[in-house]
Order: sequence, then C-alpha cells, then structure tokens
Amino acid sequence: MSELRPALDLRRKRTWRSTKSTLMTVLMGAAVAVVLIPLVAVMWSVISRGAGVMLQSFPDFFTAEIPLVSRRPGPGMGPAIVGTLLATGGATLLAVPLGVLGAVYLHEYGAGSKFAGAVRFMTTVMTGVPSIVMGLFVYLMWTMRFGYSAFGGALALACLMLPVVISSTEQMLKLVPNNLREASYALGTTKSRTILTVVLPAALPGIVSGALLAIARAAGETAPLLFAVGAASTYNPHLFTEANTSLSLQIFSNATSSFVAAQDRAWGAALTLVMLTFALTLTARIFTARFALKR
Amino acid sequence: MLDLRGKSDTADRAFRWIAIGAAGLVLLILGMIALSMGDRARPVIAEMGFDFFSSTRWSPPDTLYGALPFIWGTLYTALIALALAVPVSLGVALFITQVAPRWLKKPLIYMIDLVAVVPSVVFGLWGVLVLSQHFGLGRSFLTAGIILAVMITPIITSLAREVIETTPVAEKEAALALGATRWEMIRASVLPHSKGGLVGAVMLGLGRALGETIAAALVIGSALGQITPNPFAPGNSMPAVIANEWGEADDMHKSALIALAVTLFVITIVVNLIATAIVQRSMRKSRGKAT
Repeated sequence: MSELRPALDLRRKRTWRSTKSTLMTVLMGAAVAVVLIPLVAVMWSVISRGAGVMLQSFPDFFTAEIPLVSRRPGPGMGPAIVGTLLATGGATLLAVPLGVLGAVYLHEYGAGSKFAGAVRFMTTVMTGVPSIVMGLFVYLMWTMRFGYSAFGGALALACLMLPVVISSTEQMLKLVPNNLREASYALGTTKSRTILTVVLPAALPGIVSGALLAIARAAGETAPLLFAVGAASTYNPHLFTEANTSLSLQIFSNATSSFVAAQDRAWGAALTLVMLTFALTLTARIFTARFALKR
Repeated sequence: MLDLRGKSDTADRAFRWIAIGAAGLVLLILGMIALSMGDRARPVIAEMGFDFFSSTRWSPPDTLYGALPFIWGTLYTALIALALAVPVSLGVALFITQVAPRWLKKPLIYMIDLVAVVPSVVFGLWGVLVLSQHFGLGRSFLTAGIILAVMITPIITSLAREVIETTPVAEKEAALALGATRWEMIRASVLPHSKGGLVGAVMLGLGRALGETIAAALVIGSALGQITPNPFAPGNSMPAVIANEWGEADDMHKSALIALAVTLFVITIVVNLIATAIVQRSMRKSRGKAT
C-alpha cells in the first residue's frame, strides 16, 4: 500500500491576510473591554463609596434631613428622595397620558396627513433639544411667575419625556395587528371605543415599558431641575409650592465640595439614584420580555 | 353608500379632538420655546450685535458678552468625545454583529445599554472625584471629552449595530465564498453597505455630546476665555456656563445665558436633523435592497 497523500492541502494556512483578520478581531474584542471598563469603574466607585455611607447610618440615610452645614458628617438624603419622586412622578402624570394620546393621533387618526407629518417631524426635533434648554424654558414660563417648586421640575422633565413617550408608543401601536381593529369595527363599535378597549390594551405592555425607560431617564436628569426646583434641605412634600430638591441636584452641588462629608453624601445619593434608575429599567425589560407584542 | 368608517358620536369626536390636541402640544411647546427664549435673548444681541458670536471677552461686570470661547469649548469637547467614542463604538458594534457567539450577544447589548441608564450627574461625580483627581487629568477639555465619550458610546453603538445588521447575508456570504477572511468580508461587504447609516449614527452621537450639560459642567474646569487646542487646559462650554453662572446672574447676564442656550439649541437641532435624515435614508435604502 502506498502512502495516502492528499493532492490538495485544504488546511488553513497562516498568511498575512489571516493574521490581519485575527488582529482586527482582537481589536474589536478590545473595544468591548474599553467600553466596559468605565462602566465597571463607575459602578465600583458608586457602590464602594456609596454603600459605606448608606450602611453606616442605615436607615437614617434615607429618612434624615440634609445637614445645613455641608462639612458636617452624617446622613441624610430624605428630602432629596421625596423631591426626586415628586418631580419625576409629576412629570410621569403629565407626559405619559399626553404622549400616549399624541401617539394615538399619529397612528390611529392622522396617519398620512400633513399635520401628523409635521408633528412627527417636530417630535424628532424635540427629542434633540438639550435638557438645559428645557430647564431655561420652564424657568421663563413657570418659575419666574410662580417661584421654585417641585412642579417646575416636573414640567421640565415632562417636556423631555413627551417626545420619547410619543415615539415609543407609536412604535408599539404599529405592532398591533389590523385584524384586531377590523374585528372590533365589525362589532359596530366606534373608533374611540376600539382604540380604548382593543388597540391600547393590546399595546399596553410595550407602552408601559417605553414609559418606564423614559421615567428612568428623567429621574436621573439634573439640568432641567437646576433653575426650577431651588435648593431646600428640609422635607417639602408639596408639589406646587416652596423650594424643593432632588437626588441629582444634591449630587451636583456636593460633587464640587471640598468637604469629604459632602462628597460622601454625594456618593450615597448617587448609589440611591442608580438603584432607582436600574430598578425602573429592569422592570421595563421584564415587561418587554414577558408581555410585549413581538415584531 | 355604506360608510365603512367607525361610527361617530359626540364622545367619539371629543376623543379625536383630545388626541389632536395632545399631538399639537409638541408644536405648541416648541413654538413657545422659540418665542420665549428668542424674546429674552434679544437684549444682549441688541447690545453686542454679531460680537456675541465672535468676541472672546466674556465679562459680565463690564456687560461684555463674547461667547466664542464657549462655542469653541462645546465643539472641541464634542470632537474629542467623537474621536474617542467612534472607533470604540464601531469596534463593539462589529464585535457584537460579526464575531460574538449567539449566547454572548444579548448580555453584551444589555451591558452596553446599561451605560446609557447611568445618570449623567453620576458620570460627572465620578469624573470630578475619581478621573480628574486620581489620573492626573485635572479638570480640562480632555476630561470632559472622555466623560462625554463614555456617555455617547451606547447610542452610537446601538445605532451602528442596527445599521450593520441590515447588511444582506448574501453579500457577506459572497465575500466569504471568494475566500475573504472575516476582516476582508467586513471591509468589502459590511462597511460599504452601512457607510451612510454609520455617518448618521456618529452625528446623532455628536448631537448628544453637544447638549450634554451636567457632566461637562462638573469636569471642564470653568475657565474663562480659553480658546486653545491644548486638551489638558481647563475650559468652558455653553451648557456648563449656563449651569454655573445662572445663580448669580443679573438681567443682562441672564439674557446672555439665554442667548447661549438659543445658540446651543440651534446647533444641536441642525446636527440632529441632518443625522436623522441620513439614518432614515440609509435604512430605507438598505431595506429596499434586502427585499
């Protein structure tokens, strides 16, 4: 028997071309590492420095008032938590219903009309408005007349959320199959009834998920609150009157402080805020994964 | 004739008008932003004329408002951010779409989206207390650029990923069948196909970087009048000036800050609109090709 010899060597050869390809692949992998490094570094700082502050005075950190003298060590972010919840909650009550209705117009009524086209275009424009511009706008329209309040912050946040809610809701309405609408019309219902009892319930999980993501973004915003909310250090449960504060504003003002105590409180507030936004995002993910209509 | 549209009664018509009103709110708010801010910006433009955009002296006590250093600072930090974020985002998008095994894709996308969820003030806090202090960068254009780069990477990555994923499989397989390596396949099929969309993604990232306020305000250094290409110098940017000076501003000073906001508003909107137009056109084109 003669030795079996392949006529053609089909094994891969190491050439410059294949080496280059491998090299580029390694670079792509390195890019992933480069993106994850800051995320890990930021989360590490926030958790290691924030958790210490938080646990040292648990649960006072969440309930005590903010010390008036910023170099004094010790808890409290209670008023800031209440302020964040008031401003974000108010913004949600304003922006989500209006945004959903706007999207209902765009997709169910106006589709193809000139007015809907203009609104859709302006929604894109509004998404790009820098958040500090919204802050100044609300200062001019509201704060100059009615003074500092959590509601001013809520208005600014609502302006930021509105276009986001409109476009995410419109995407969800597009996914509702037309046979559902036709079946409802066939039963003789009016258009508004069809929308309220058939279309919106079908799209609800997706709408909720989009709204939660918008709320998560709004809860972390600082610039829109800067001119409208003021700087309180005591509890203010009133939505419409008196200066308030928020977690983001406390982080902003304490970050540049040279006192370690103030910086500690900033880290604690940062951890609180990150936990809040991550929880909202996670809930949104669960909604999308469990209940939402799929493309 | 049979009327096949839904039956109409009063409640039905009322609902329709409410929906129209909600949609019209977008136009109303944008109109009010333009009017109210334009009105308040007028005094300083009347006082300074075109010097507002071209003068380098910003001195509120002398009612001198030259915004050029801040316009420079905004554009320069945004460009630093793009220079850092674009190659990385593109690499990540290519890794996720072309290299990563199926099981790794979703966790990676989740992780990168998580960066977008972290509030910008938290990045600012980290920039001020960790990045600028422990890495010897100080507060400077570069520090601001790095923080902005971290913040815009998720948006550029996710758009780039969507654009790249529209590359027809047939085109990629054609390249591979001709003996191309993975990188040659990317160069020959994926990149040419998604070029337009990638440009749009980068511009949307630019729009984000221009408008980002709080993180930049914390780490840029708030130095007056610096027009220098030295990335290690402290500087200032339009949103940072507004955030930092508003508290102690008198009427004319406030008018100047609002004029800055209007300038920023116009620049970001132009950038965003061009970006959106590019992305939509390239998406439509590639979808047309795929079907």
